[in-house]
Amino acid sequence: MTGFFQLLARNRLALAGGVVLSLVILLALVTPLLPLADPDVTDTANRFKLPFSEGALLGTDHLGRDLLSRLLWGTRLSLAVGFAAAIVAATIGSAIGIVAGFYGGRTDNLIMRGVDMLMAFPYILLALAIVAALGPGLFNALIAVAAVNVPFFARNIRGITVGIAHKEFVDAARLAGLSNTRIIVSEVLPNVIPVIVIAMSTTIGWMILETAGLSFLGLGSQPPQADLGSMLGEARSALITNPHTSIVPGLMILVIVMSINLLGDGVRDALDPRLKSGALSRPMAATRVDRKGPLPAPTGAGLLEVQGLQTQFHIKDRVYRAVGGVDLHVAKGECLGIIGESGSGKSVTALSVMGLVASPPGVITGGAAHYEGEDLIGAPYRRLRGMRGRNVAYIFQDPLATLHPLYRVGDQLIEAIRAHRPIGREEGRRKAVELLTAVRIPNPEKRIANYPHEMSGGMRQRVGIAMALANDPDIIIADEPTTALDVTVQAQVLTILDDLRRSRGLAIIFITHDFGVVAQLCDRVAVMYAGRIVEEGRTADILGAPRHPYTARLMACVPEVGGGKRRLEAIAGLPPVVDRLPEGCAFAERCLKAQEACRRDEIPLVRDGASAVRCLYPNDPSREAAE
Amino acid sequence: MTEALKLTDLAKSFPVGRGFLGGARGAVKAVHPITLSVRKGETLGIVGESGCGKSTLARMLVGLLKPTSGTIEIEGEAFATADPAAFGRRIQYVFQDPISSLNPRKTIRQIMEAPLKRLHNMPAEARKERIAEIFDSVNLREEFLDRYPHEFSGGQAQRIGIARALAASARILILDEPVSALDVSVQAQVLNLLADLRAAFDLTYLFISHDLAVVEAVSDRIAVLYFGSVVELGPAEEVFATPRHPYTRLLADSAPVVGRPLAAPEAAGTDLPDPLNPPPGCAFAGRCPHATDRCRSEVPRLEPIGDHARVACFHPLPA
Ligand SMILES: Nc1ncnc2c1ncn2[C@@H]1O[C@H](COP(=O)(O)OP(=O)(O)O)[C@@H](O)[C@H]1O
Ligand code: SF4
Ligand code: SF4
Ligand SMILES: [Mg+2]
Repeated sequence: MTGFFQLLARNRLALAGGVVLSLVILLALVTPLLPLADPDVTDTANRFKLPFSEGALLGTDHLGRDLLSRLLWGTRLSLAVGFAAAIVAATIGSAIGIVAGFYGGRTDNLIMRGVDMLMAFPYILLALAIVAALGPGLFNALIAVAAVNVPFFARNIRGITVGIAHKEFVDAARLAGLSNTRIIVSEVLPNVIPVIVIAMSTTIGWMILETAGLSFLGLGSQPPQADLGSMLGEARSALITNPHTSIVPGLMILVIVMSINLLGDGVRDALDPRLKSGALSRPMAATRVDRKGPLPAPTGAGLLEVQGLQTQFHIKDRVYRAVGGVDLHVAKGECLGIIGESGSGKSVTALSVMGLVASPPGVITGGAAHYEGEDLIGAPYRRLRGMRGRNVAYIFQDPLATLHPLYRVGDQLIEAIRAHRPIGREEGRRKAVELLTAVRIPNPEKRIANYPHEMSGGMRQRVGIAMALANDPDIIIADEPTTALDVTVQAQVLTILDDLRRSRGLAIIFITHDFGVVAQLCDRVAVMYAGRIVEEGRTADILGAPRHPYTARLMACVPEVGGGKRRLEAIAGLPPVVDRLPEGCAFAERCLKAQEACRRDEIPLVRDGASAVRCLYPNDPSREAAE
Repeated sequence: MTEALKLTDLAKSFPVGRGFLGGARGAVKAVHPITLSVRKGETLGIVGESGCGKSTLARMLVGLLKPTSGTIEIEGEAFATADPAAFGRRIQYVFQDPISSLNPRKTIRQIMEAPLKRLHNMPAEARKERIAEIFDSVNLREEFLDRYPHEFSGGQAQRIGIARALAASARILILDEPVSALDVSVQAQVLNLLADLRAAFDLTYLFISHDLAVVEAVSDRIAVLYFGSVVELGPAEEVFATPRHPYTRLLADSAPVVGRPLAAPEAAGTDLPDPLNPPPGCAFAGRCPHATDRCRSEVPRLEPIGDHARVACFHPLPA
């Protein structure tokens, strides 16, 4: 809750809106206590007095009534009616929405058809029709304004409720014996209230306007009672001769609606969970780079050489060292595996190479990534954009992250090619079919006309690979591309990737947490823990005789088919949080071999031929092999 | 009575293609009639690929979904209506996504109290004691009780999910992919905890997973599900070691194993058949290297083979 107010206060416009609105509300509240003239007493002798005249600070209207007094009483009434309408509309609308969304099926169908029918009318016509039926009067105007806003709430809240009703915690509540009513009250409602608040804060301004509109037309408040709309309506005939009678209520309406809307937008932004983690600013096109100290020079190892890469996330006053100095390289036709548990920094390492880490909060604070001698980190955005897909392409775990749901996959492939070179309709189509054939999609001529949702997960991931291949990149970085797939589909996707690197000489960086996959696909592998590489070497060497205690323990945790029923090895504890890394070895907390020295200084990555290990007391490969 | 759970011809179809006001145009058979029984204290593993009906089956077993036909008997008692509150005292569910199975706006204590209050009408004092007891058995500290779900890691949240299931005092747990959202090192912790709890409280598990190695490591028997039907059922140590059904064989060959070269065991499509338009015979015929004409016209039934196993195939593989 305090977080919410802090976010709100950070937004200057919302803050200004809030202050102005509070002042107006305060004025409206104390109006009865102020020494004001009676707002309804006419004094035709003193009609149309100008503002700042004797005894009438804002002048008088066409019947000689004091404008200041009418303004304050009118504001009071307009606000009250507006708020009341908003509360009525929100309560009824949300109740309808929750019931429809929660019960679904036929109930939902019937309710939502009714709501759709209401929404089909222009709302002001609907409001007029309601007032016409009920007769003019402020209370009826309130009913009309509330009624026309009910569908808006019903719709929004229904959408949210449908999502929540299908959440697993609702099922869990059912299994805990809660009745439907209780589930609505205790499980669903607390989760939709923020949305109701957002919807109210963004519509209340309109409701005040709508009420004013009805009063303006003479259908709302009846003379002599003043509200802002009726003041404006009565001033209409004197608009040219005595403009101040219109300007006074007009300005007040403007101030109220503006301040409410500014505040409402602020409330929406502050409650929107997407903005919770980061700042309120827009992400930059490429990751921010802020490197201190000398940059490593390329040594010419491999096609892509990453050296001393450091990427951090700066969130509030915390610094998360997601990648804390990573070195790796990959050659043409080679497949390098990066393995590690979630949060070990695999994805951030991969995304840093082409500046794809979101900034803020991401910052690359050190290191280099040389591609054919050119440092990609710190390269201008235009250069990076030219190279993304063309030289280095990505495949992600969820292909839907790269596929647009509303376009046919063929068109998306052609579009991906067009981003880098012009291509005609016919040639594009041919190329798209060729790409789908390369990833072994049966019936490619037909499949190019499919939308992503018409394909199974495995097919979509193949399209994801085809997208990555579209511009003949030299390097593919695949971030857990098969994690979400079934084993039979995974086997096929891995085979496709393996063939591609052999036939096209692609360099592949393959991120995974599965040792079986690494064993089958990768020539070399790097093991990551808490943002750093702890062991690296040829796949066969590492899997045959892991030297780092973490690698060895992690491998022991993984059950393999054929082992029968058994107790599994586990590693007690959790990886450290990267904003509070311990001194010395990050694994020491969980390591059975940890000594005093392990917790003292930085442990270097010690190279020995093709392999490297970051440990003071590594396992001895020759002894392990003998055992 | 040694049967904890007995399903007879349990099946579920979903209406599809809603017309005006919800009239259904057709039906998808998500689970074909399944007959199965789970012995007391046993762990029955259920494997199958996404969309094969694992979760639909599981949700029927706890009363969250109403079966289209067939019966469920729990500890000898038939449960005719789908009422999760009635099932809840006997059988509980542990969800795949540990975080989203906990209401983000409730404290862990509120979450833990619900089953004690609603299912067992337990007074406040007794609830407090019982929660402490359960938390101790799943190795969670009591100070966690006043925190909110987002403050926990996946492994801790899953322990809380297990604790909630235990709070209902059910003796059968449906574990629906309970570790697939967890890292391997944490996965092993949770699996070992589950094994300890089973021994300590004499629990019966239905363990659903797509990970063959995990299922094999925890189960006594394994049922292989394909396109809504059990195609093979047998002792855990035999099912993947000597598969009798061609689909089981395909699964076992596809699992990546250190030391086995990469080879996609299947070149053609891997898609399941169209559920709106299922094939007339064996659902696997389109992918099966041993398919014959009979397979394409007649549906194979689950028949005993060997001493302990059952398989639904006209041409089972040799042992
Ligand atoms: N957008 C982000 N904002 C803040 N922290 C992030 C963001 N992305 C990743 N992190 C943090 O960086 C660390 C490494 O994450 P990641 O590279 O995604 O791990 P992996 O891919 O190995 O699972 C984690 O601690 C994670 O919480
Ligand atoms: S450095 Fe020490 S604590 Fe770290 S892995 Fe090696 S032995 Fe264990
Ligand atoms: S019944 Fe026929 S098609 Fe089906 S799995 Fe057996 S051999 Fe293959
Ligand atoms: Mg990742």
